[in-house]
Amino acid sequence: MAVDWFPLWLSLRVAAVSTALALGLGLALAWLLARRTFRGREALDAAVTLPLVLPPTVLGYYLLVAFGREAWLGRFYESVFGAPLVFTWQAAVVAALFHSAPLLIKSARAALESVDHSYERAARSLGASEWRVFWRISLPLAQRPVLAATALAFARSLGDFGVTIMIAGNIPGRTQTVAVAIYDAVESGNGALARILVVVTSAVALTILWLANRMSPRQTPA
Amino acid sequence: MIQARIRKHYPPGRESAAFTLDVDFQAGDSVTVLFGPSGAGKTLTLDAIAGFVRPEQGRILLDDEILFDGAAAVDRSPQQRRCGYVFQNYALFPHMSLRRNLEFAAARSPRLERHRRVNETLERFRLEEVAGRRPHEVSGGQKQRCSIARALMGGPKLLLLDEPARGLDAPLRAELYAVLRQVRADFHIPILLVTHDLEECFELGEHMLILRDGRLVQSGTPRQILEGPATVEVARLLGLYNLLSAQIVSLDPGRNRSSLRVEGFELTGPYFPGRLRGDRVWLYVLPGQLAAVAREGKPGPSQVPARLVAITERPHGVRLEFDGGIAVEMPRDEWEKKKHNKEWLVEFPPHALRVI
Repeated sequence: MAVDWFPLWLSLRVAAVSTALALGLGLALAWLLARRTFRGREALDAAVTLPLVLPPTVLGYYLLVAFGREAWLGRFYESVFGAPLVFTWQAAVVAALFHSAPLLIKSARAALESVDHSYERAARSLGASEWRVFWRISLPLAQRPVLAATALAFARSLGDFGVTIMIAGNIPGRTQTVAVAIYDAVESGNGALARILVVVTSAVALTILWLANRMSPRQTPA
Repeated sequence: MIQARIRKHYPPGRESAAFTLDVDFQAGDSVTVLFGPSGAGKTLTLDAIAGFVRPEQGRILLDDEILFDGAAAVDRSPQQRRCGYVFQNYALFPHMSLRRNLEFAAARSPRLERHRRVNETLERFRLEEVAGRRPHEVSGGQKQRCSIARALMGGPKLLLLDEPARGLDAPLRAELYAVLRQVRADFHIPILLVTHDLEECFELGEHMLILRDGRLVQSGTPRQILEGPATVEVARLLGLYNLLSAQIVSLDPGRNRSSLRVEGFELTGPYFPGRLRGDRVWLYVLPGQLAAVAREGKPGPSQVPARLVAITERPHGVRLEFDGGIAVEMPRDEWEKKKHNKEWLVEFPPHALRVI
């Protein structure tokens, strides 16, 4: 049987792009939540956590409305990239991002909060800018848990189904990610294809979890 | 010269009572020790000066630069304050070698200059051999020297140390004091040091500030404070004295005499200027200034019969605890001669008696 590997490659590519975006966005938000005090901090934290608890279809619906051709976010996207977002592989990236970023932000916040304040204070009193304090002190000291969280976020991005099908659809060869392809295969009675994709996806996820576990528990000795 | 007037209020929390820090002091180019029990606001004072916590009111002036002024809304960032800070846990960056720790502090210098200064500092603080190691790979003394060296790298105008001797054994303490004396001689900047170790105050402090419950209760040289604690709280904090509640029974300025009634006995003291007959006072006297003698016949005018309840060995002698909470210290050889005494008299030399 000729297996179409496109869904798996697409999923890996989507996961890679969304994890990179989640890491950038996540670190910035995590730093804000962990180290700044401002009004609405807990509200921001709740907003960031919301995608974790909402049903994927609800989240997908919101995104569909927000990125629709009539909505300002959708129009903005179209004016920058020249084409609408929905039902493209980029939409799958957005879906994966909303699926995985909350997890990364939560873990990164906890990791940054666990860094002893005195290191950051010492760096500041030595004249280091906030930017330098973050990159040279806070982040390196929180490196392991942040890397572990990134690996988890990658694994989670691979697995999104609900949001993806709402805004990226199920277009074989274009937006059909592995999770969607498995559903499609089962629906159409192609049990053999479903089994192969299930086994391969599980193996990939297991490998990533193993890597994440190797990274997380050990603490840098003080 | 540092001048600080700091006020900060903390409302009561779920696990903490309300606390108000309200201090006002200045310190010159010498070592000033902040002494007090834990929770007195010593570290908080350092943190406010370094810019880690923001006071509600006050003014902090370092040399002629305003670091903080509540009324004028001036609040310089910690980066701009040029305060070297030695943390209680040293806060050496664990992911960097000692050399990198120092380089981090000299980041503003050009590369060659930085290299030269780091090498000089490593040498001055005897750290060349371990420069490539990380903090967890070096000894406690090396960590401590490195944290002081790092705090001095940026050419600070003030050095703040938060209990630098905490958890160090005696040889390391002695080494720390030597390093700090050297720093004082070389850098000519004010040094503020937090401690709750009285011995450290005497070792290092030209000036001593006593904090209690967020307030400054007394300041002066350690010797001045030892000889004249301002309040009974200060005397208790120092923990050195026999403190007895007493009442003045008579005062005779002509013969420089007074007599005091302490619970159960009467003592003769010197004339106390500014006191009146009938005043209730606290009598304080150092255990080393008292004498304990064998009871033979009737007690003299400054002698009080007492029962010996405990004997403690001290590095320099023996400490005898009598009933009524009176402690007497005497040299070992004197104790050897007297140790078979059954009945005791404690002798209060009139000139040694002081009152608050």
